[in-house]
Amino acid sequence: MRDLLTLPAVWVLAAVAAVFAALSPQFLTAGNLINVLIQSSAVGIVATGMTFVLLTAGIDLSVGSVMFLGAAVCGVLVGGGWPWWAGAVAMLAVGPACGLLHGLAITRLGLTPFVVTLSSLFVIRGLGLWVSRTRAMNLPDDFRQLATERVLGVPVPVWLFGVVLLASQWVVGRTRFGRHVLAVGHDAAAARKAGLDVGGVLVRVYLICGACAALGGLVALAQLSAVSPTFGRDREFDAIAAAVLGGASLFGGRGNVLPGVLVGAVTIQTVYNGLNLIDADPYSYPVITGGVVFLAVLADSLRNRLRGGRP
Amino acid sequence: MTPRVELRDVGKQFAGVWVLRGVTLTVPPGAVLGLVGENGAGKSTLMNVLAGVHRPDAGTIRVDGADYAPRSPAEAAAAGIALVHQELNLFPNLSVGENLFLDRLPTKGAVPLRRVDRPRLRADAEEALAVVGLAVDPGRPVSGLSPGERQLVEVAKGLAAGARVLILDEPTTSLTRPEADRLFALVRQVRAAGKSVVYISHNLPDVLGLCDAVAVLRDGALVAHGPAGEFTEDRLITLMVGRQLDQVYPQRATGPTAEPLLELDRLTRPGAAPVSLTVHRGEVVGVAGLMGAGRTELARAVFGLDPVTAGDVRLGGELLAALTPAARIRKGLAFLTEDRRGDGLLMDAALTDEVSLAALPRHGPWLRPGRLRQAVAAAAIRVNLSQGRLDERTARTLSGGNQQKAVLAKWLLAGPRVLILDEPTRGVDVGARAEIYRTINELVKAGLGVLLISSEVEELLGMRDRILVMAGGAVRAEFRRPEFDREAILRAALAGRAA
Repeated sequence: MRDLLTLPAVWVLAAVAAVFAALSPQFLTAGNLINVLIQSSAVGIVATGMTFVLLTAGIDLSVGSVMFLGAAVCGVLVGGGWPWWAGAVAMLAVGPACGLLHGLAITRLGLTPFVVTLSSLFVIRGLGLWVSRTRAMNLPDDFRQLATERVLGVPVPVWLFGVVLLASQWVVGRTRFGRHVLAVGHDAAAARKAGLDVGGVLVRVYLICGACAALGGLVALAQLSAVSPTFGRDREFDAIAAAVLGGASLFGGRGNVLPGVLVGAVTIQTVYNGLNLIDADPYSYPVITGGVVFLAVLADSLRNRLRGGRP
Repeated sequence: MTPRVELRDVGKQFAGVWVLRGVTLTVPPGAVLGLVGENGAGKSTLMNVLAGVHRPDAGTIRVDGADYAPRSPAEAAAAGIALVHQELNLFPNLSVGENLFLDRLPTKGAVPLRRVDRPRLRADAEEALAVVGLAVDPGRPVSGLSPGERQLVEVAKGLAAGARVLILDEPTTSLTRPEADRLFALVRQVRAAGKSVVYISHNLPDVLGLCDAVAVLRDGALVAHGPAGEFTEDRLITLMVGRQLDQVYPQRATGPTAEPLLELDRLTRPGAAPVSLTVHRGEVVGVAGLMGAGRTELARAVFGLDPVTAGDVRLGGELLAALTPAARIRKGLAFLTEDRRGDGLLMDAALTDEVSLAALPRHGPWLRPGRLRQAVAAAAIRVNLSQGRLDERTARTLSGGNQQKAVLAKWLLAGPRVLILDEPTRGVDVGARAEIYRTINELVKAGLGVLLISSEVEELLGMRDRILVMAGGAVRAEFRRPEFDREAILRAALAGRAA
């Protein structure tokens, strides 16, 4: 919990929440807060995968497109008569497959993660448009239950988010692989000299990121219960922003899942939610969200500089 | 007795240059071998070959009688060879225990829940740390340890991995004397346990006091190898230097004038002693010293790249203190860095663009490509860079010598009055060297002042008017023309280390 109070995003979140609580009486209702958490789940799950990649000093710009390709595949299969759960499984398979290709391109071909995932951002979205013929597709009601059903009083998306967070926290903090991720992120050359399988670590990290993107996509898809051609677009920026708000460094070796990603994702969703409640001009959303991210990152950087760490 | 390590005719080349030639060397079990040589003699390369970082291009290695050809540091570690790098290879964002066992963290639990066995890691780490006598909590992050403690963690890591051969590359550079003594006691203890140690250091008294045998490398070849008792400090220095002065240093007809150009008045960097020196018009002042003596740092401070806490820098009598590097360039200061590839050259830009870079501020806001090309061509002729059409070639396609000439041409275009050259001939072949030296002579004749930083004593002897020797961040000695003596220079450079 000491981590929680030293995370600048926590203070930013508190400030944002205070502002919206003052502006809108609905903001601090239990229903709305649960709502924020449900809405945070999709981006939060994607951001968790992104955190793994950021820890290795990499980046994955393609997660929004992976969400879309998975959704398109799912929509086509379910539209063609497959049961809803089979469509969901197919969607979940698309993510790791994309991640594996990223990992191999980065380690075997020696390309930089930025370039690999920037090109696949276009390629994967293009594949999705091709598969779906750019049609919008409605999904059966069964799908929507995934978003609305409650287990022990907690909505399914929140369950999924919680499980992903806890599992990832455990992997980073408690497993051999997690320690290797931190070592590779700090200095890949040193990790190689220390006898680690740097390539293997990187491939797995992109695999995890792809898998999280697909799962996050599934949660978002269930909430909409329709595949539109713009599904998942720009979500990579929400995911990166949430991870960075959560304390992940783009230079690798530093970042955390809990409480980091949880706070980061909730902060971003709180901004969207609050702006919606006070009926703000929709065109102002990106400006305000961007400003909040900037402030949080600035605060983090100042804190590191004061402690004499690297910026 | 089978030697622990047996190197036979080992050679290594980088970019067609042999940096290691025909090294044949043995290390018996339970012995400490001291490896000495000047900067660039090939000590670190040899050890990197042994530790699987580089693969040899010639020769064979045997460990305990078995063929040994590691393809990675991991394979070398598995064969019982542990290298403690000069710049330590620890991860400050991980704990001491995790660093010790990073490549084989103990785990427990069934497959989906397989996790690091923390109690066992702690117990193993405590045991490994006890071997080196270091009492720190294994759960502490390495970022909180002192340099001496980190060094011991590295040694503990190698020993815990079951190392039969421990290689220490300049282990004492960042240690205090008590920390170094503690390390030596540990090395003796390791030797008593029947393991072999290779100890690389510039600190010759340490080497002679600690090692059973000493090997001397010079220019990538082994020049001496024998029991430590056969060597004295003076003999080692003679062996390390003993090279004939090549005929590559052209005579300079002109001598220095009495007019000071660059003056440093008690210039002080954070944590270093004040440095005062003067470079006159038409003079080459050589700066000798070992790696880490503070020569590059001094040059960076003069150029305004690093902070200065006290003292003045004057160029032609004008105070530079408050100026940015860009403003200093305009005043006539030029700095050729030791790292051509890293920060001296745009490797993939057309040579015309590259060479004209430093001169752009003198050409006004709008470029006139024709005039620029003319200026570049003139500068290229001055440094004897004749590489066809300059606007078609990129620096990456040039040899090291021609790259250095391109950097020199770039700075000449900026119209400097004082040139600071940091290791200008590193990785440059003999022919191109001679041309660089000739260019320096012409510049000096035209009234420039040159501050020449070099690790090669011969180069300084061949080019200098005066030589300053730096050690530990301070100028320790100054040699004027008649009294040049390469052994005295090396002794002065080494003296700072023993202190």
